[in-house]
Amino acid sequence: MRYSRGRWVFAFLIIVFCHAASALAQTTNPALSPTNIFAPVSTPADSIFGLSRFVLAVTAAIFTVVFAGLLYAVVKFRRRSNDDGREPPQVYGSNQVELAWTVIPILIVVALFLAAARVIATVQNATPPQNAVEVTVIGHQYWWEYRYPKLHIVTANELHVPVSDPEHPTPTFLKLLSADTDHSFWVPRLAGKTDLIPGHPNSMWIDPREPGLYLGQCAQYCGTQHAKMLLRVYVDSPEQFDRWVQDQRQPAHLDAAVSKGRHILETTACINCHTVAGTVANGRFGPDLTHLMSRDTIASGVIRNTTEDLRVWIRNPDVVKPGCLMPSMGLSDQDVDAVTAYLETLQ
Amino acid sequence: MTASESTWTVPARGPVAMFGLIAAEAAIFTIFVVAYVFYIGKSQAGPQPKDVLDAPIFFTLCLLSSSLTIHRAVEALRKGRIRSFGFWWGSTILLGAVFLLGTASEWHRLIYKYGLTIDTNLFGTTYYSLVGLHGFHVVVGLLCLSIVMAFTLLGKVGSQHASRAHVLSLYWHFVDVVWVVVFTVVYVIGR
Amino acid sequence: MVTETIALPAQQIVSRPIVDKLHDWVTTVDHKRLGIMYIVYALIFLVIGGIEAAIMRIQLIRPHNDFVSPQVFNRMFTMHGTTMIFFVAMPLVFGFTNYLVPLMIGARDMAFPRLNAFSFWMTAFGGLLLYFSLLGANGLYGAGNAPDVGWFAYAPLTSLAFSPGHSTDYWTLSLLVSGFGSIGTAINIIATIISMRCPGMTLGKMPLLAWLNLVMSGMVLLAVSPLTAAQMMLLVDRFLGGHFFDTQAGGSAVIWMHFFWIFGHPEVYILVIPAFAFMSEIVPVFSRKVMFGYPVMVGATVAIGFLSMAVWAHHMFTVGMSANANSFFVLATMAISVPTGIKIFNWLGTMWGGKIQFKAPMLFCIGFLFQFLIGGLTGIMLATAPFDWQLSGSYFLVAHFHYVIVGAILFAIFAAIYYWFPKMSGKMYSEALGKWHFWLFLIGFHLTFDFMHIPGLLGMPRRIYTYEPGRGWEIWNVIVTIGVVLQALGIVVFVCNLLLSYLRGKPAGNDPWDAWTLEWSTSSPPPAYNFATIPAVKSRRPLWDLKHPDDPDWKYE
Repeated sequence: MRYSRGRWVFAFLIIVFCHAASALAQTTNPALSPTNIFAPVSTPADSIFGLSRFVLAVTAAIFTVVFAGLLYAVVKFRRRSNDDGREPPQVYGSNQVELAWTVIPILIVVALFLAAARVIATVQNATPPQNAVEVTVIGHQYWWEYRYPKLHIVTANELHVPVSDPEHPTPTFLKLLSADTDHSFWVPRLAGKTDLIPGHPNSMWIDPREPGLYLGQCAQYCGTQHAKMLLRVYVDSPEQFDRWVQDQRQPAHLDAAVSKGRHILETTACINCHTVAGTVANGRFGPDLTHLMSRDTIASGVIRNTTEDLRVWIRNPDVVKPGCLMPSMGLSDQDVDAVTAYLETLQ
Repeated sequence: MTASESTWTVPARGPVAMFGLIAAEAAIFTIFVVAYVFYIGKSQAGPQPKDVLDAPIFFTLCLLSSSLTIHRAVEALRKGRIRSFGFWWGSTILLGAVFLLGTASEWHRLIYKYGLTIDTNLFGTTYYSLVGLHGFHVVVGLLCLSIVMAFTLLGKVGSQHASRAHVLSLYWHFVDVVWVVVFTVVYVIGR
Repeated sequence: MVTETIALPAQQIVSRPIVDKLHDWVTTVDHKRLGIMYIVYALIFLVIGGIEAAIMRIQLIRPHNDFVSPQVFNRMFTMHGTTMIFFVAMPLVFGFTNYLVPLMIGARDMAFPRLNAFSFWMTAFGGLLLYFSLLGANGLYGAGNAPDVGWFAYAPLTSLAFSPGHSTDYWTLSLLVSGFGSIGTAINIIATIISMRCPGMTLGKMPLLAWLNLVMSGMVLLAVSPLTAAQMMLLVDRFLGGHFFDTQAGGSAVIWMHFFWIFGHPEVYILVIPAFAFMSEIVPVFSRKVMFGYPVMVGATVAIGFLSMAVWAHHMFTVGMSANANSFFVLATMAISVPTGIKIFNWLGTMWGGKIQFKAPMLFCIGFLFQFLIGGLTGIMLATAPFDWQLSGSYFLVAHFHYVIVGAILFAIFAAIYYWFPKMSGKMYSEALGKWHFWLFLIGFHLTFDFMHIPGLLGMPRRIYTYEPGRGWEIWNVIVTIGVVLQALGIVVFVCNLLLSYLRGKPAGNDPWDAWTLEWSTSSPPPAYNFATIPAVKSRRPLWDLKHPDDPDWKYE
C-alpha cells in the first residue's frame, strides 16, 4: 500500500516538474512582454540574465531541500489521534548539526558573492571605446532629454542608438543627470536600471545586438506623473542611425503656410519652456520641438504623435497627464489648430 | 522552586536606562557629525570655516571642567555632605551656563559680523545644526540640574538620592564627550 | 466539629460608570493594559492600511483605470507604507513586548511604568497626526494634505521646491513624534530585561522572547535615531532654509538615502526579530519539545542585530555607488542570510521528533516558516546586485518585502494573538473561526503575493498609478487584486473571532496550552500585580520543571 502510494507521488512529481520546466522555458520568450528581463538583447542585460539563472538555480535547490524537510516534519511528526499524551524526547541541541547548517550556507554565500562581484565589475568598470556613441540623458519631471554632445543633437523622449555588432561592438554610453528629482532609466531588455540623481552624475552603457524598439519607463518615483514617464529606445541599423542623425542636425523647417501658428507659439509663453532651433524659442524646461514630427509619440511615450492627439495635448495637457508641468495656455480652438499645424511642419 | 534570593543581584535600572538614552543620542549626533564632515569644503559660496571660526578654548575648558565638578558633587552626596554637594552642583550649572553664553556670543558674531546663518550655505546649515543640537542638550541638562539645585536649596535632597544624581551626571558627562567630538570636527578638522 | 451555614450578604455588584473605566485605561501605567492598547491601536490601523491597499489594487486591476486620480493614488501608497510600518507593525511589536516581557521574567511591571505610558501616547499621537493630514487643506476631497512622497520620502522630492504645502511635514512630524515613543519604549525594555529579572533567571535562562526583544530594543536605539536625525535635517531644510538635501546648493540627495536606509534596513529586522521571538515560544509548545539550540538561537540573533546595521546600501544598488561599495554590500547582505537560515533550521529541529498540534497559532507558525523561507530566498536574489539592477524598484521587490512583512511577520503576529489571547482576555477563541481565518488569508496571500513577482520580472515598476496595455502585465494584476478579497475576508473572520470570543468565549484557565514559561503560572488575565510572590527559577522552562519534577530541564541545560 505504501509502495504504490509512493509510485503515485513520484508520477505526480514528474508531471509537476514537466509543467514547471516548460513554464520556465516560456519565461524567456520576448513575446511574453516587451519589457521581459529574461529576454536580453544587450550585454549588461545578458550578464544579469546569466547571473540570475545561477542564483535561481541555487535558491530553487535550497527551497526544495528545506521545503521537503518542512513537509516531512509536518506530516511525520503530527500528533496522532491515538496519542498516549506523553511528552516526546526533549532534544536540547546538537553541535554537529548546527555546524553543518552553518558551514554549508557560508559556502553557498561565498559562491553567490563571487558570481555577483564578477558581473558587477564587468558592467560597472567598462570603459567606452573610441567609436562609442555618447548620450547625455537628463531626467525631468516627466520627460527625458537626450543630448548627443559629439553629434550636436538635442532631442527628447525617443532615444535612437545604433545596433551593435558583437564582432565589432558600437556601444552607446549614457551619462545620467537630473534637472529636478530622482529618476531611474529602466529598459529591461537592454540593461539593469540606473538612477538619475541631481548633483550625482551616473553612467551606464548598452550594446543592443538586434534592431528594434525597446520599451521601458522611469523606475524611481519622481512625482505625480511618474507612471507616465515612458522610455522608447530605437535601435537602428547603421544606415538608419546615420540618416536619423543627419535629419536631427537640420535647422527647423520654415514653412510660410503655417506662419500664423508659428507666430502664436513665438508670442506665447511656449518659448520659455521649449526650443525650436533657429527661432526665438530657446527654453530648456520642456522638450526640444525642432524635430517633433520625427517622433512616433509625444508626452514621453504616452500618446501617439497624430494631429488629433497633438491637438488634445496642446489644448490641455492635464487631460492626458494630470499633474504634469506643462500648463494649458488657454488658446482658442482656432489658435490650437494653427499651432498644431505649425508643429506638424517640424519634421 | 528554590534559589538563593538573597545573593541575586542585577544591575540598577537607572544607569542602564541612561546608557540606553546615551546610545540613542550618540546615534543622532553621529548622523549630524557625518553630515558635517561630508559637507566640509562643499559650500558653493558664503563664509568658509577658516574665515570665521575662532576655537572657543575658554568656554570648552569651562564645559569640560563642569564634568569634574559634577563628579565631585556626586561623590559629596554619596558621603552625605549636602553643602559640599550644593557647592559643586551649583558650580556645574554655572560652568554650563558660561559655556552657553560663549556659544551665544559666538553666534552673535557669526550672524552680525559675517552674515552666516543657517540658510547661508552648507557650512552654515551643518554648523548651526550640529552646535545647536549640542547646545539644546546643554540647555536640557541645565534645566534638570537646576531642578535638583532647587530641591537642594529647599533641603529636600539627601544621600539617598546619590544614585539618581549619579544617573543625571552620566547624561552630563555624555554632553561633554559630545562637545569634545564636535569641537574636534568643527574647529580642528573642519577648519 | 460543628458546621454552620453562614448567610452571606447579597453580592453588591457596583457597576462603575463608563467614564471611570475609560479614565482608568487612559491614565494607566500597567504594562498589560498599555500592551493591549498598542495591539488594539495597531489592529485598527491594519484595517485602515488594508483599505488603502485595496484602493490601489482596484486602481491597478486594469491599465488606464480611473478609479482614483494619480494624486490620490500617490497618497495611498505613501500612507499605506507609512501606516503599516510605523502604526501597525511597530505598535504590535511593542504591544506584545510590553505585555509579555515583565510576565515572562517574573517582574511586576516594566522598569519605568510612566515612561511606558508616555511612549505609548507619543506613538498614538504620531498616528493621529499622520491621519489628520487627510483633513488639511482641501479637506477629504482630494485627500487633503496627506503625504505623497513615498514612505521613504527621497530627497529632493521632499524639498519645498517639489513638495510645497504641508504634506511632507505631516510625514516628518508624525514619525518624529512616534520615533521618540519608540526610543522611550526601547530604553524601557532594555532596563526591564537587564534589571528586573526574578531570582535565578540569569541572561542564559531567560525565555528566547526576552533575549530577542533585548536585541531588538538595542537596534531601535541605534536605528530609529538616524531617522530622527534625518527628519530634523529635513525640517531645517523646509522651515529654516537649510541645505542638507538641497541639491541646488550642493546638498546631496544620496546622503538622505544613506541616512534613511541606515534606519530602514535595521527597521525591518526590528520588526522580524519579535516575530522570531513568537516562533521561538509557540513552536516548541505545539511540538511538545524544548527549543532546539537555545544558545545558537541567541548567538544568531545577536549576529543578525550587528550585521543588519552593515547592509543598508543594498537598497541603493541602482544609485551609482562604486563597484567595490556595491560588492561589499552584496557580501554583507548575503552574510546575514546565514544566521537567519540557522534559525529556520532550528525551528525545524524543534518540530522534528515532536508531536505537532495544528491549533491556530501553530498553523500560522508553519505558514511563517514556508513564507519566510521564500521571502528570504527572493531576498538573496535581490542581494545579488546585478540582479537587483533589474528587480529593484519593480513589483518583484514589492512582492519580496510583502512576503516577509505579511507572510512572515504578520503571520507570526496572528500566531501570537491567538496564542496569548486566552491569557490576555481570560477567554478561549474559536478554533473553527481561527482555521477559517488561516485558510482564507493564506490562499488570498498567495494569490496576491506569489503572482505579484511576475509583473516585476516583466518590467513593471512600483509606485505607478496606472500602466500601459500590451506589456503583459494585465492578467497578473487581476489575480493579485482578487487575492485581496480573500485576505479581507480572512481579516473580517479574525476580527469577529476576537470580538465574539472576548464577549462569549469559554473561560481559558491559567494554562490552556500546557506551556512552560512564567506567564502561564498566573491567572488569565493576570492580576494587576502579576505575581503574588516573585518567583525564583532554575531553568529556561520553570513550568516544565514544576510539571516534570523527576525530569527537570536544569539537569540538561
